[in-house]
Amino acid sequence: MVMAGVLAGCGSNGGSGGDGGTLTAYVYGDDAVKVQQAAVEEFNKTSKVKVKLIPVPGTEYVNKLRSAMGSPSAPDIFYNWGSGSIKPYRDAGQLVDLTSTVKNDATLKDGFLPSIVEAGSLDGKIYGVPMRGMQPVMLFYNKKLFAENKLEAPKTWEELQHAITTFKDKGITPFALGGQEKWPELMWLEYLLDRIGGPEVFNKIQSGDASAWGDPAVLKSAQTVKELVDAGAFGKNFNSVDYGSGAAPTLLSKGKAAMHLMGSWEYSTQLGKAPEFAKNDLAWANFPTVAGGVGDPANVVGNPTNYWSINSRTKHKEAAIAFLKTMASTSYAQALVDNGDVPTTSNAASMLSGSPNPQFAKDQYDMVQKAPSFTLSWDQALESDVATPLLTEISKLFAGKSTPEQFVAAMKAVK
Amino acid sequence: MSHVSSYKTVRRGRKAAAGNVGRPSVAWALPGILFFALFAIVPLAIAVYLSFCHWDGLNSPTPIGTDNWTRLFKDPEFRQAAWLSLLLTSISWAFQTPVALLLGVWAAGKQRSRAVLSAVFFIPLLLSTTAIAMLFHALLDPNFGVIKTIGPWVGIDPNVMGSSTGALLTVAFVGGWQFMPFHTLIYQGGTRQIPQVLYQAAEIDGAGMLRQFFHITLPQLRHTITTSSVLMIVGSLTYFDTVLIMTRGGPGTDTTVLPYLMYRTGFQTYDLGYAAAIATALVVVATALSLILVRFSGFGNMRSTREGM
Repeated sequence: MVMAGVLAGCGSNGGSGGDGGTLTAYVYGDDAVKVQQAAVEEFNKTSKVKVKLIPVPGTEYVNKLRSAMGSPSAPDIFYNWGSGSIKPYRDAGQLVDLTSTVKNDATLKDGFLPSIVEAGSLDGKIYGVPMRGMQPVMLFYNKKLFAENKLEAPKTWEELQHAITTFKDKGITPFALGGQEKWPELMWLEYLLDRIGGPEVFNKIQSGDASAWGDPAVLKSAQTVKELVDAGAFGKNFNSVDYGSGAAPTLLSKGKAAMHLMGSWEYSTQLGKAPEFAKNDLAWANFPTVAGGVGDPANVVGNPTNYWSINSRTKHKEAAIAFLKTMASTSYAQALVDNGDVPTTSNAASMLSGSPNPQFAKDQYDMVQKAPSFTLSWDQALESDVATPLLTEISKLFAGKSTPEQFVAAMKAVK
Repeated sequence: MSHVSSYKTVRRGRKAAAGNVGRPSVAWALPGILFFALFAIVPLAIAVYLSFCHWDGLNSPTPIGTDNWTRLFKDPEFRQAAWLSLLLTSISWAFQTPVALLLGVWAAGKQRSRAVLSAVFFIPLLLSTTAIAMLFHALLDPNFGVIKTIGPWVGIDPNVMGSSTGALLTVAFVGGWQFMPFHTLIYQGGTRQIPQVLYQAAEIDGAGMLRQFFHITLPQLRHTITTSSVLMIVGSLTYFDTVLIMTRGGPGTDTTVLPYLMYRTGFQTYDLGYAAAIATALVVVATALSLILVRFSGFGNMRSTREGM
């Protein structure tokens, strides 16, 4: 029982690193951190309680946050994906409920696109304030290859299949896919299920109904994945193609692959790695319809945005809320636009002309604003005890290690 | 049992002798014991305790009896991971032992180029595992890596990491490439300990190089082989970094060995109780294997290999 005391001690000590008026804020450490850093510096000029920004390298972020939240040195404010990604913290009573704060504050209430705020909430309660750009998943393609083969961006499944055969005959991989990591494969299943069964199927799954995996639309989606794999839509060696090291985006920019289903950050990735290609030949479109599907082709999947949430153990709740309010300011939105992001603030539309690529920014904003439904990436929407087995099962499905039927059975069995 | 009693006599004799010399008191061992207790025994005990709990890392662990353990024995994923771990261990052993042994015996000789080449062979051990895994990962990229060019020449499909067998063999190869220098060093040391007179006598009797190797070097190295094998087996059973960086347990779950399954369960699913059960099972298996190996090889008797010398 001594051991139990030792272990329990890890979680129960109050205080959260807020010594003498400091708020620590964890943020996902990538290129966009400079925008948050500028916001912090601006805020610290006038605030008595100072915010200290701690960028955590991307791949470590989820782990580091989880360990920190279970320890006495937890952050006061932290970056997250909303929904399932914060559910364990909500269940452990570690989050400040912001619902009434947002409802009673004009800046927070009207500052953001309502669908975005909703997408990050849990059981109708708001725990986060949007703080970065939107990241819908889009179908990126190589304009030059399409023109050379007299093709246009596929709008229907027939057009998609025609494009697959055409490119295969030319020895070009139809779709780049970084199959060594599992989440790029997940994006396919997310869009397929949405187009085939509509967003309601996943909504049911997300609400904790494991039997919803047994919906015929899930099986059809998994079968479509298998058909695509068998038809060589992703080439022969996608299982050993990496995303993180840039192998998959390079396939697209070098013309070895014609299309790439990826989050909107693909644009900045290409701009960094292959600027010529990004400027001249990179194009984007919505995911096509699937024959016999009932989902609205305007629906979007991906990450609506990222959110700041507040740790309930913080000593400076008021200051933390004040900091979160600055996320709705015009200057902050402008900084995001300048960085190439598309903010989720209600006033963003008028600023997009200042973006590094106004057309891309505008298309992205329109796509999200017009979408009847924006499904959050499944691995963020679901808790890790379902999301991790899901990613494993998807990887098995793509690798041909399990059949669509086995995939469905395995997911139904995850408690 | 006879050797046990003789061993005891020897020890008793030693004790008496040591008493005269003035042996350092137990206090000298205290820092070491404390360090070991704090960083090995205590965490191990906590892991065992956690294996009987449900713990998500945020709330306090709640004891749930033997649920994790009954689940462990029924879990097909655990069974597959255990099988893959054993397979990886066997492949690693079969690959590293002969090469390291031959290299070690060669490095113990007096050849001219020996020192320089030995130093070169030693380099992989000085690199970090992460760096090595990333290096091989880049080399094996099926579209942009060296494998794309060289693979077809030597009859290897560039999609090495995408096939189940290929991925497992790659993990074994990369691990072998890294740790072989270490085992070479052990064998080099072992070979140097073999008295030269044995070889001189064999030469007089007309034994050639091969016979000398099989009848003197190999038997004399048998305890070195045990040492090296125990290290290899325990090392391969806990092999993790390379899997994480190179294959992420894939394709599918075909390289999800026990340590990776433990990591995934603990730090991706946040089912830390079940992960602790996997970890404890791994400790038990690794300890049992090394004990069995030590026992059946006669290594445990700690008798000199140089009997009659």
